[in-house]
Amino acid sequence: MNTTFSQGLKAGSSIAIGYFPVALTFGLLAKTTGLSMIEATAMSLIVYAGASQYMALSLIATGVAPWLVVMNTFIVNIRHFLMTASLSEKVEPAPKWMKAIYAFGITDESFSVLSTQKGKITTAFAFGVASIAYGSWVFFTAVGHVIGANLPQFLQNAMSVALYAMFIGLLVPSMKGNRKVVLLAAIGAAIHCVLYYGNLLSTGWSILVATLGSAIFVEIIYVKNNKTVEHWTVQKEADN
Amino acid sequence: MGAAYWWMLLGMAIATYVPRMIPLTFLDGKELPPIVSGVLRNIPYAVLGALIFPAVLHIQDNILFGVIGAVTAFALSFIGLDVMFVVIGTIAVLAVYSLF
Repeated sequence: MNTTFSQGLKAGSSIAIGYFPVALTFGLLAKTTGLSMIEATAMSLIVYAGASQYMALSLIATGVAPWLVVMNTFIVNIRHFLMTASLSEKVEPAPKWMKAIYAFGITDESFSVLSTQKGKITTAFAFGVASIAYGSWVFFTAVGHVIGANLPQFLQNAMSVALYAMFIGLLVPSMKGNRKVVLLAAIGAAIHCVLYYGNLLSTGWSILVATLGSAIFVEIIYVKNNKTVEHWTVQKEADN
Repeated sequence: MGAAYWWMLLGMAIATYVPRMIPLTFLDGKELPPIVSGVLRNIPYAVLGALIFPAVLHIQDNILFGVIGAVTAFALSFIGLDVMFVVIGTIAVLAVYSLF
């Protein structure tokens, strides 16, 4: 059972590894875009959103109006409404201000780690996962800017898989013996592929649409087949 | 960069924080209709599928690179390795692959 802060740090350490090359490269790119070390690190420190930060750099480089950068950031992050709504069903009761603090640390990656835990998530555990991931992101942004160089090319290439390997490592154990999980992931992936290769939506929207589409579709199938919500709950509890 | 940059950061910070904070903080223990609650419980697995594909295939220009990475990660986690070892093992396999 994962309950303590230090167990959270441990569970989040694969995120920290995955963030290392991404943050390092962000720091480096920020430098080449003309941001100072303080400006670059401040973005990681107060915004803390990988995809949006990269996007901001490319928009700054092309001289786009700041409010457009903000709009884009919001669109890219709309999917987090869905994730934190889902997470709210899984976290232990805690004072609102405490949840409002660790909510800052909910990224795609920390959401994935938290939501695939068995049973309820304690506040201490959530803080542990969020802290190590956030620490890695901010620290390696600064390092990337300071050293102004990247990892050796072969290592950089290899490490670009880290976050995806983590997502797979989180998904597969839940897939074993659970057809609903397999179906959810497969349909989510399929919808995203169609949207991506068909050039139908930008990434922020397409992840949102794929996720919601799959989650609703599968739920309807299961309810129609009389495998009610209750059945899912009972099965989940049996798994735990 | 000047003041405009810092205002932009503030705007980005709010645009990022609001979608993370509002649902987690304010859905707090509210009883949702069973169908909504069922859909929300499906989200983690649906989102993992959408986060992995097709992005993992395009981590490098060479699609084979992503395919090898994905297959390795699936295999390592299927045999029951902890997430951390799945990540390190997959990086190691791809590091060897890109050296040759």
